[in-house]
Amino acid sequence: MIASLPRPAWLRAATALYLGAFLLFLFVPLVVVAVFAFNNAPYPAPPWHGFTLDWFVGNAAAGRVGLFRDSELLGSIWTSVVVASWVTGLSVIVGTANAFLMERYRFPGKQLLSVLMLVPLVIPGVILGISILAFCSRLAELADSLWGLDLDFLRPGLVLVVLGQFSFVATIATLMVSARLKRFDRTLEEAALNLGASHAAVLRTITFPYLRPALIGSAAISFLMSFENFNTTLMLVGEDAPLTVLMYGRMREGASPVLNAVSLFLMLASALLALSLMRAGRRGAERTVNAAADAA
Amino acid sequence: MSEPSGHALWQRRMMLAVLLTPALLWLFALIILPHVQLALLSFRERIAPRTYAASLMQYRTFFAEPLYWGVFVRTAIMSALATAMTLLVAFPVAWIIAKVARGRASSLLFVLCLIPFWVSETVRALGWLILLRESGVLPTLLVRLGITAVPVELLYHNATILIGLVYTSLLFMVVPLVSSLESLDNSLIEAAYNLGAKGPAILRQIVIPHAAPGITSGCIVVFMLTLGNYLTPNLLGGKNSQWFTELIYTQFIVRFNWEQGAAFGFLLLALSTAMVALGLRVSGQRFVDVMRRA
Repeated sequence: MIASLPRPAWLRAATALYLGAFLLFLFVPLVVVAVFAFNNAPYPAPPWHGFTLDWFVGNAAAGRVGLFRDSELLGSIWTSVVVASWVTGLSVIVGTANAFLMERYRFPGKQLLSVLMLVPLVIPGVILGISILAFCSRLAELADSLWGLDLDFLRPGLVLVVLGQFSFVATIATLMVSARLKRFDRTLEEAALNLGASHAAVLRTITFPYLRPALIGSAAISFLMSFENFNTTLMLVGEDAPLTVLMYGRMREGASPVLNAVSLFLMLASALLALSLMRAGRRGAERTVNAAADAA
Repeated sequence: MSEPSGHALWQRRMMLAVLLTPALLWLFALIILPHVQLALLSFRERIAPRTYAASLMQYRTFFAEPLYWGVFVRTAIMSALATAMTLLVAFPVAWIIAKVARGRASSLLFVLCLIPFWVSETVRALGWLILLRESGVLPTLLVRLGITAVPVELLYHNATILIGLVYTSLLFMVVPLVSSLESLDNSLIEAAYNLGAKGPAILRQIVIPHAAPGITSGCIVVFMLTLGNYLTPNLLGGKNSQWFTELIYTQFIVRFNWEQGAAFGFLLLALSTAMVALGLRVSGQRFVDVMRRA
């Protein structure tokens, strides 16, 4: 029942109980991951054997290779960062172009195009992955048989991973930038134009500063979506595995607290990203919430 | 703006072309053509090395092999169950955020709900593995408390997969629910209450009809994501997961039977699309609006 109506004691108690259970459900898995990154035992399982930083700084001599000495893990983090940077750059640029296209222009087929732009969000990631895989290897085959070209980048690998992630992250960037551009007061631009500013100057001094929060927000969300992506990436990955794929492989082989260590690192990085977004957003929590919600 | 001169018109056309190019490249090269290629693959059959003929064999194999359609049906049912459970878990919390908690408590709760989703799904699955495996936290706790004599394996059950899926999907349900509940005018509820309506009647006659668009958006998105999930069923279900995306992966990556994998992909896409369409039909909404809300 809503706050303004009388709520019987049992309902209050039930609400509190439910909330407690819900928050437990939400946070226990994450807390457990963090805690066992510091357990002095070869497996992330109880009982507690005391505190250690081996899973971060340990080296082969100590018999435990910690996160900071695990070149394979560190390499995969770097791979993920490179992939995510490309995806972010491409998505924000294309998303911004799309936002201007859809908000500022009229052309035949616009309705169809606006539906098509949303479609990537309703295609399961696995299918986006296999369709791009199949298409690109068909292109590679064609290039080979027609011109004798060996287009290696069309084979499974990081280029395909970037394309696969970009194919749906672009939709999210488009939605986020469009939402802000839609609320823009066009008379500001017209005033500047009437006062003699060039189109380029108007874009640079009025429109882009206004869009800045959406551009930053969509860049952060794009980076995050790319960094965390698994389904599409799994289908397109070549020899260099991004972090999520490598972690998955290791989790299937068996548990090691190094994975907890890298997970904790990821949590901190995400928290940092969220905090800086909140600060950039100025309106505080509300906007970050919207940004995160848009990621859905 | 003033009457556009010939030059300005030409400039505008050029700008339109410049802005259309990336959009069309993106949609054609990465969405439309790949799916056409996938469709072509699924409708052909290898009759000799490097020779193919048009055929429906891949789809026939699917219906002829009980293992394949069994997994398909199972995935659909489990996804529907997970969606319903997500709705049940998320609705009260969305209600508290939108209607019971006030001001900062409400935004704090909302942010708390979002936090787990800033972390990769891999990390969340790792958390559940550590909690539920035989040597894990929960079985150990159960032995300590004397509830079970020996540690029990809590992984690899259907229930485990469902819990993992609900956990992963919560955000996508909470967000649309909160926004649709927030737009419900409190005075409607107060009026109903003053006229003597009880909680269940208010819920059925006022709250649910008002929140229907949010409920539909949430359910569509959650069902779709669950159906297409690979990581959570695979890690929490182990060999028992039998998720349809795993069959696609096996055909494509392990067996290199792309024709069969493409057919599976299309079947999954068809199911996902059908459920989205059904959800829209039932609630009388437009696709564009639902996606914007989600």
